[in-house]
Amino acid sequence: MNSIFYILSAVAIISTVMAITRLNAVHALLYFIVSLLSTALIFFVLGAPFVAALEIIIYAGAIMVLFVFVVMMLNLGPQAIKQEKEWLSSDMWLGPVILSTILIIELIYILIQHGRQPSGIIVIGPKQVGIALFGPYVLGVELASILLLAGLIGAYHLGRRAKAVETAKSPGNTKDNEKNAPSPPFSKGGFSNEIAEGESQ
Amino acid sequence: MTAIPMEYGLILAGILFSLGLIGVLVRRNIIFILLSIEIMLNAAGLAFVVAGSRWGQPDGQVLFIFILTMAAAEVSVGLALVLQLYHKFKTLDADAARKMRG
Amino acid sequence: MLELLWLVPSLPFAGFLILALSGHRLPAKSAAFIGVISVGLSAAVAFIVSYSFIVSPPTGYSYTQVLWTWLQVGGFAPEIAFYLDVLSVVMILVVTFVSFFIHLYSVEFMRDDEGYRRFFAYMNLFVGSMLTLVLANNLVLLYLGWEGVGLCSYLLIGFWYKDPANGRAAIKAFVVTRIGDASMAVGLFLLFTAFGTLQIQQILHLASQHWPVGSALAVASAALLLGGAVGKSAQLPLQTWLPDAMAGPTPVSALIHAATMVTAGVYLIARTHVLFTLAPPVQSAVAIIGAVTLLLAGLSALTQRDIKRVLAYSTISQIGYMFLALGVGAWSAAIFHFMTHAFFKALLFLGAGVVILGLNQEHDMFKMGGLRKQLPVTFWTFLIGSASLSALPLVTAGFYSKDMILWQVWASDKGNVWLWAAGLTGAFLTSIYTFRMFFLTFSGDATSQVSRKPGIIMTIPLITLAVLSLIGGLVELPETLGNSPLLTDFLHTALPPLAISHADLSAEGNLQFITSLIALIGIIFAYRYFLHSPQHTGRREKIMQNPIAFAVHCFLFQGWNFDLLYDKFIVQPFLWIARVNKNDFIDFIYKGIALLSRALNRSFSFTQSGKVRWYAMGIAIGAIILIGIVELV
Repeated sequence: MNSIFYILSAVAIISTVMAITRLNAVHALLYFIVSLLSTALIFFVLGAPFVAALEIIIYAGAIMVLFVFVVMMLNLGPQAIKQEKEWLSSDMWLGPVILSTILIIELIYILIQHGRQPSGIIVIGPKQVGIALFGPYVLGVELASILLLAGLIGAYHLGRRAKAVETAKSPGNTKDNEKNAPSPPFSKGGFSNEIAEGESQ
Repeated sequence: MTAIPMEYGLILAGILFSLGLIGVLVRRNIIFILLSIEIMLNAAGLAFVVAGSRWGQPDGQVLFIFILTMAAAEVSVGLALVLQLYHKFKTLDADAARKMRG
Repeated sequence: MLELLWLVPSLPFAGFLILALSGHRLPAKSAAFIGVISVGLSAAVAFIVSYSFIVSPPTGYSYTQVLWTWLQVGGFAPEIAFYLDVLSVVMILVVTFVSFFIHLYSVEFMRDDEGYRRFFAYMNLFVGSMLTLVLANNLVLLYLGWEGVGLCSYLLIGFWYKDPANGRAAIKAFVVTRIGDASMAVGLFLLFTAFGTLQIQQILHLASQHWPVGSALAVASAALLLGGAVGKSAQLPLQTWLPDAMAGPTPVSALIHAATMVTAGVYLIARTHVLFTLAPPVQSAVAIIGAVTLLLAGLSALTQRDIKRVLAYSTISQIGYMFLALGVGAWSAAIFHFMTHAFFKALLFLGAGVVILGLNQEHDMFKMGGLRKQLPVTFWTFLIGSASLSALPLVTAGFYSKDMILWQVWASDKGNVWLWAAGLTGAFLTSIYTFRMFFLTFSGDATSQVSRKPGIIMTIPLITLAVLSLIGGLVELPETLGNSPLLTDFLHTALPPLAISHADLSAEGNLQFITSLIALIGIIFAYRYFLHSPQHTGRREKIMQNPIAFAVHCFLFQGWNFDLLYDKFIVQPFLWIARVNKNDFIDFIYKGIALLSRALNRSFSFTQSGKVRWYAMGIAIGAIILIGIVELV
């Protein structure tokens, strides 16, 4: 079992490195999905099948897919890849790599100090997780649902403005630009207004 | 099966976290920054699950579920904001939005 | 009735407060009413108090009314207290009555001015301060009044503040008198250190007991007080501010710079006369200053073109006469001349105001003329005023007062023939420049039409003051002409009469004759040269062809170039030192603090770049440092 763990770790690390170094956004996302899959398998090895499944379903299956959709919607062309190339000169990497190396060394130093504790002995299945969720963590569940509600409303509102402006920008509609861009009277102030006004410039 | 030492799991989580940190600091494209943040979140969740598995309790997994929920909400709002940013600045450069400077 | 004394200064102050607090909310007529009524009521109360004082005088011929203790520090406890004696009676009567008439005149004179209410507020404040000065029981309260009148002088000279030249004139007046005020303040400190009190009567009593005649302390304190008097009364060397102070409205010039404020110095010396008798060098200095100033100003007045400047130099000259009188110990003569001068000088200024207003702010006398038919009342009153100023014999008040001064200068132990000669020359010059002014302003053919004739409100003060200029002298008839020294007898409880040892009646008669003759010759001289006709203009120009005459004329026109002197030797060096000292090291400390803050700001604002990745970097570094600390601990 240990060798599986090490192989999976290697895959996860390599795919993550690839993810952060790609120029094309979709490539990076796909590499990250590979990393997520390997992480899910690690969970499985550690005796947590429930979250392994959840990782694949929610993280790789919903969140990353959302990312892919947005990247597709942005419709970045080849000039985006050229720009990425410009931005990623080799001297950009130096500072963050040094910082992260220091961080990793510190973490490893702390962790190694106290010997090796075994893990992954017991398999904890969905039933136990469910009992924990409805037992001691029920408040957390409620809060998480409120968080999701807030995310839902926020995403709806912020996404809505962009959509209205986008239709205004379509060809043949420029005459109404001045009329569409200023917000209707019931809109909330600040950010969206500013975006709309920015549009009309 | 021989148990996997907890520390190795945590070291793996640390390495993944650092890689995500590098990604945040290096990349200029907002999409990649958000992606790197997701990498860091995933690494943190891995750390939780490893810890829960060491103690043989479901608490680690419960917390991982919460982290997942939070990541989902964050990504949806974050990507909506990215779209707004793109429409305002016509670019995905994170440095484009730096008017709030001292 | 003497308890009403406190109302005399308080009523104008109350008027000032009402006008200052109500501002533009009050209609103009009400503001004028309040302004005039407050001074009018004050005059009425002064009359009542004086009548009560004269008819049934209190014990010791003095009355003190204490209102409250001003402050108490250690043993020093000056009070707000008013002191009424015969000198105060004369002063408050003259001040309140002349002020009342000038306020009445201003109602119509300042009618079109947008600062109408402000004007009356300041004038009321001035009258209140002047009365405080005159009635003060102690030198601290006197100094308060002194500063108050200085402040009002500044405010009223710069009344039309929108023109920066007026502001500069006001500042010049304030700064020059400040020099005198500083000297007076040091004198006050000296007196307090010597006697432990600043109550005037106590000081005079203690001084006469403890200080021998000619002692250093007496000389020092008298000299310092003289400095203050010289500043306020525009005598040498601090006389430069008064001609420029004519930038203010004419009623201001009439009230402050002719009748009342500039005589504050004379009042101070008269009030503290004991100190001056204890310091003979200083008293001689008073006489010499008076004599020199009256000649200096008289000569300057001969060349001026602006009608108000002639009157300003004339005021300086006449106050020189008062100083001359004080210097030889003729205290009541000085007060007598103050009284008559207040009447005719105010009259002359008010008349000049009518002319200026009528000719649309024309000040140059050479452009006036032919006003006799157009302004008849002004013509006759101005004539009466001029005659009184020139001391026309027997009919005018000025004759009696000036003559009394000249006689007492001749006859006094402290006077000598040179001082008398200066006074006589001054009388000659006075009649020349006065009638020069009169002929230039009124005679000849009309060059321009009068656009605004004075109404009844402006005419009443003119007529009243003219009458007083004629009959005001009758309170003190000299021995040769009736011998009724009412004023001197009245004042003798406060101001000792002059001890005349070596002269007699015939000498007095001769001197009077000489003085009258000189005055008449002066008038004839003016008549010959200063009418408005081609003949006279030709005569004048012929004299001016001579380069020496022309140079002398320019020199006198500039006021003997004192302004230039002071500018070159005092003002410019001071400014130079200030400029050189501008960036001294103390400045550097304060500038350094500012520079340091700005440098810190620059370096710290560098961390606020606005870029998200920069902040992420900051967080990462912080996390690393924290974990490192946790590790090492």
